[in-house]
Amino acid sequence: MKNVIFAGVGGQGVILASKVLMEVSMKNGFDVKESEVHGMAQRGGSVDCHIRFGKDVASPLIPKGGADYIICLELLEAMRKLDYLKPGATLIVNREQINPAPVEIGAMKYPEDIEDFMKKNFAGTIIVDTAEALKEAGTKKALNIVMLGCLSKFLDFKIEDWESAIKALVTEKFIEQNLKAFNLGRGLV
Amino acid sequence: MTKKVMLGNEAIARGAWEAGCNVAAGYPGTPSTEILETMARDYREVKSQWSPNEKVALEVAAGAAVAGARSLATMKHVGLNVAADPLFTFSYTGVNGGLVIINADDPGAWSSQNEQDNRHIARAAKLPMVDPASPAEAKEFTKLAFEISEQFDRPVLVRITTRIAHSQGPVDLGKREDVPLKPCTRNPRKFVMLPAHARLRHVFIEEQMIRLREYSCTSGLNRIEWKNKKRGIITNGVAYQYVKEVCPDDSILKIGMVWPLPDDMIREFASQVEDLYVVEELDPFIEEHVKALGYKVTGKDLVPLCGELTPEIVDLAINKKQVQKAVPDYTGDLPGRPPGLCKGCPHAFVFNVLKKLDYTVNGDIGCYTLGALPPYGTMHSQGCMGASIGMHLGFEKARGDEAARSTVAVIGDSTFIHSGITGLIDMVYNKGTGTVMIMDNRVTAMTGHQENPATGYTLMGEPTHELDLEMMVRACGVKRVVVIDPKNVDDLERVIKEEVAAREPSVIITRRKCILKK
Ligand code: SF4
Repeated sequence: MKNVIFAGVGGQGVILASKVLMEVSMKNGFDVKESEVHGMAQRGGSVDCHIRFGKDVASPLIPKGGADYIICLELLEAMRKLDYLKPGATLIVNREQINPAPVEIGAMKYPEDIEDFMKKNFAGTIIVDTAEALKEAGTKKALNIVMLGCLSKFLDFKIEDWESAIKALVTEKFIEQNLKAFNLGRGLV
Repeated sequence: MTKKVMLGNEAIARGAWEAGCNVAAGYPGTPSTEILETMARDYREVKSQWSPNEKVALEVAAGAAVAGARSLATMKHVGLNVAADPLFTFSYTGVNGGLVIINADDPGAWSSQNEQDNRHIARAAKLPMVDPASPAEAKEFTKLAFEISEQFDRPVLVRITTRIAHSQGPVDLGKREDVPLKPCTRNPRKFVMLPAHARLRHVFIEEQMIRLREYSCTSGLNRIEWKNKKRGIITNGVAYQYVKEVCPDDSILKIGMVWPLPDDMIREFASQVEDLYVVEELDPFIEEHVKALGYKVTGKDLVPLCGELTPEIVDLAINKKQVQKAVPDYTGDLPGRPPGLCKGCPHAFVFNVLKKLDYTVNGDIGCYTLGALPPYGTMHSQGCMGASIGMHLGFEKARGDEAARSTVAVIGDSTFIHSGITGLIDMVYNKGTGTVMIMDNRVTAMTGHQENPATGYTLMGEPTHELDLEMMVRACGVKRVVVIDPKNVDDLERVIKEEVAAREPSVIITRRKCILKK
């Protein structure tokens, strides 16, 4: 069984990314379960999706210490997920800082050492710079799919499967943009 | 059979549709909202609607059931409190066409004001309740619930929790059953609950409970998975999945029908295992029942009572297994990321002014509850849907005129319609002089932007009468009514000061569309 967590800030599109991954895993004959966050947290709070695929999946939640891949769309959010990493797992983090409310109002500081902390303490850490790719894709909204592109390099699925899943799940108007974003993401890792 | 990955809530809509459901009504509430959204989007032959509140939604569904249709009502756990009055008596009348009520509990209070465990309501209302453990079961159990409803003449509760509602998994797709309307005849002994009729119906439902208890053992909804008999675990809902994962060698009694519980099956299971455990989220509902049957069982001594369970929490409780961390703890301070109002949210203008004026604010349920958090920090109270206005009047009754001169109630359009109107009537009737601010953002926003009676559209997307809030408020007897765009903050501040100073009831409607509304 493979265990993947997408994490980020409400509004960054982690649910769509996880849907694409589920679609691809189903297509490849795996059982799949997923758990996602709706409601209040979607107003800019911390959000995550747990996706599990394999022969027989029971729990929709990944236990702490059980994630094979954690894909994080924001630096600070990655720090909240470290307990979920399995030894030998891969942690892919977008080098972007989105200030949470306590930082915005000056009550706390955004910690500056977290990128170094992750690199130093977890060998599977990959920090990616998505700014260029997003510029090329023509929209910041495609960050979720860029990150999915990064993940796809580590999973054994055919590229056509990813692309047809994206086509099936993304609004028609944005398909081209997202396919581009996906391939740009693949180039980042 | 084709399979499709679905959200638990989508699976429930599918199940009701397959069962031939004709009418569906609900009020939005996380984690239940997507059920009716899916119904209106994908299953157009079901007449689906948002009602002004859960009580009305249940009454509409019950009316449809008495009229002979299979019908569905959906709501979150606290919504079932609102609908409790019809629930407890429709339990007596029973049904004609099947009536299924989806109740979505929220262990962990991800998007709720409490963590109440509504399994107690099934017992208190003497209603059967099924409790699925996956999206696939959510569909099957919903379908079956219609059968149970008609077979036993009972409304049936389907209880889901956030991790069922908002988890996805493969679901078998079936065809829609063609269920014609049942004949509807006058039957006052069954459907008119005069005391004399109610007493007889009470006897009937107690008799049905005995049959249901038997059904609970034989229907397959509850099942024993025998493995090693050293340890036996009774579990339900999503907790079953966690148990299966962290205790793969133990015997399990999986509870899919959580009321009435399968007494004989529990006896069979309990008498054959050496150590008996119950793993359930929230209250010791099953545990106490098992104890009452006379068995020694371990449950809430080990399994947390508060919050939702996770696989590692169950692993620690039952197996004493600690999580192995791959990364050492970070020793610095990580700022939290609480949710907040969107940038440009119309409510933000109002809260900035209220913060400046430093008034006492009785709040209500919606996005604007976030006005309690920094940077606004304006709210003094918030409890349940519609409470702001009644509490506001209570403040004035307790602390007198001076309090009313520095206090406002804030409530959203949808929440006002849900259960704020009666509070306003009370304020006028009982001579309150306070100020109510109806923050009209033209949508039910927090739950994901649903239509409501003041938006001019139905759930099915048809144009309809748009409730005139101003007229409504005037009809309650409020003479001072101001409608204002909150973006004009200077005017807003002036208006708030004027209305709060006035020694008679007043309403300020701050009208500006939610920026996320399409
Ligand atoms: S969804 Fe609308 S009402 Fe809610 S916080 Fe955002 S802008 Fe405000």
